[in-house]
Amino acid sequence: MSTPQPSMPQAQPAVPNWQAAGGPAYTGYTSPIPVVRTHLGHAIASEWTKIRSVRSTMWTLGVFVLIMIGIGLGAAALIAANSSPDDLRDQNPLSFGFFGLLLGSMCVITLGVLTTASEYGTGMIRTTMVACPSRGRVLAAKSIVFFTVAFVTTLVSVLLVALADIALLDGADDPTGQEWLKGTLGISLYIALLGLLSLIIGSIIRHSAGAITIMIGVVLAPLVIALFMFSQSLEGVRQALFEYSIPNQLSVFYANSLTDSGPSGWDPLWIILGVTAVAFAGAYALLEKRDV
Amino acid sequence: MIELAGLTKRYGEKVAVNNLTFTVRPGIVTGFLGPNGAGKSTTMRMMLGLDRPTSGDVRIDGKHYDQLKDPLSYIGALLDAKAMHGGRSAYNHLLCLAQSNGIPTKRVHEVLDTVGLTAVAKKKAKGFSLGMGQRLGIAGALLGDPRILMFDEPVNGLDPEGIHWIRNLMKSLAAQGRTVFVSSHLMSEMALTADHLVVIGQGRLLADTSMADFIAQNSRSYVRIRTPQRERLLDVLHAAGVTVVETGNGTLEVDGGKSEQIGELAAQHQIVLHELSPQQASLEEAFMQLTAESVEYHAHSDAPSEPQPAWGDAWKGK
Repeated sequence: MSTPQPSMPQAQPAVPNWQAAGGPAYTGYTSPIPVVRTHLGHAIASEWTKIRSVRSTMWTLGVFVLIMIGIGLGAAALIAANSSPDDLRDQNPLSFGFFGLLLGSMCVITLGVLTTASEYGTGMIRTTMVACPSRGRVLAAKSIVFFTVAFVTTLVSVLLVALADIALLDGADDPTGQEWLKGTLGISLYIALLGLLSLIIGSIIRHSAGAITIMIGVVLAPLVIALFMFSQSLEGVRQALFEYSIPNQLSVFYANSLTDSGPSGWDPLWIILGVTAVAFAGAYALLEKRDV
Repeated sequence: MIELAGLTKRYGEKVAVNNLTFTVRPGIVTGFLGPNGAGKSTTMRMMLGLDRPTSGDVRIDGKHYDQLKDPLSYIGALLDAKAMHGGRSAYNHLLCLAQSNGIPTKRVHEVLDTVGLTAVAKKKAKGFSLGMGQRLGIAGALLGDPRILMFDEPVNGLDPEGIHWIRNLMKSLAAQGRTVFVSSHLMSEMALTADHLVVIGQGRLLADTSMADFIAQNSRSYVRIRTPQRERLLDVLHAAGVTVVETGNGTLEVDGGKSEQIGELAAQHQIVLHELSPQQASLEEAFMQLTAESVEYHAHSDAPSEPQPAWGDAWKGK
């Protein structure tokens, strides 16, 4: 990965001649350690060590899995106990994983923010950037490692809850292949991207608490605000806030929605993909521009 | 080798580093000296590509820092003891650094051993004392076996044994042909370790000289005299062609090592001397004189002679 050359103002009359000074003249010390040209793979290995060696990762992901499976199984058991097979006709059994997912997404957001912002809080970022001066590479490596961890954890939890739902709710329809794909792979990609967006916001804000607050606001505020928009003249805004609120977009993956219009099918995934890509570009530009 | 050319960093109106041009050469310890707030850390951060210079240029063996493909084997830097995640163990902290530069894992054990932290390698950095944190930072700097080492105030927080250890470490690293660049605000510390001296104040270069030259130029020797027969002695010394400086507290000072001559003159004229002592001005004094005008944060030891600015004035314009 190449970084743009910083411009080199030649304001000084006595700029040394770098070319003349180069060459083997001052190889004062040569290390026996083989010299390695570093690449993205090294940065990824480093970020993997970082993410697995702090307790906050275990905590946030542990709580995430507990919430997902606890609420998922609890909801399934409650529904199985209080409904007849007739009630469950035309219901997608995967959709009962939604409740755990909405709460669990907070854990993924927290871990995402901490992956970047905690380095600013502790000062570790200076050590990181000295070891890897290509700032874009650091952001890319963090993004890849975090996305993979978040995606795999979510997918495993969602699959477990989905299998339990199908086993417990025998009256419900068997999900179609498309429903399976959206209710497991689709939703896991969405949650991992939401976490990645948090990571990027953490890199921009550089403050853990601030970035977490912003992300929780992004997830919950539109829906809550829309709930209290009683004025007729705001009907359009209210409709849009409902449709594009993140909880509603999550439930679109189960073909449920608060409204008949708005995003449908795989739309939420494309929306968050676009938003995350734009945020990534912005974070990259800021990272290059700002001092560490 | 580190080369700075017209390096400048501005934060808004304030100039933190002002047009610095100097070269840090291999094989010796170069001391980077300046009072607090002189711009030492900012300069070091620009060398490491952390801060972007407003203008000017800094190169490591002819390259910009972000062009280095294996930065840790070029430069090892100790910036401050807190530049690490407290929840991570010393071993994992060094491991993630090693991995980012493709350095073999066994090197992590080697540097832990070098700095004497093997016993606490699995402990979290959070529980480390300042001195242990400093040692872990130094382990990180040594990880890539770099040809350039940069230490920002390395003796801060170390006990005497630790200070002794780091002095010897820096000297032995330089003796191996490496470039060693170490910042400090203590002249006495530099006098013991550095071969070359770069002094800055308020971001400007004040001196770029070898330690030996600095000592020769600045360690003024003089003779201090106290006498109850002050006027007579002054006359006698004046007649003998000796220049005397009267200091405020009733003592006299004569530049140069002439205590024998003064003693003999006094005896000839039967003048009573209460004190006749050869003195050596400390390097610390020389350093303070050099940087006196550029000290940013003065402490007032006596009553202010001029009206104090109102509280908060100093912060305006930041």
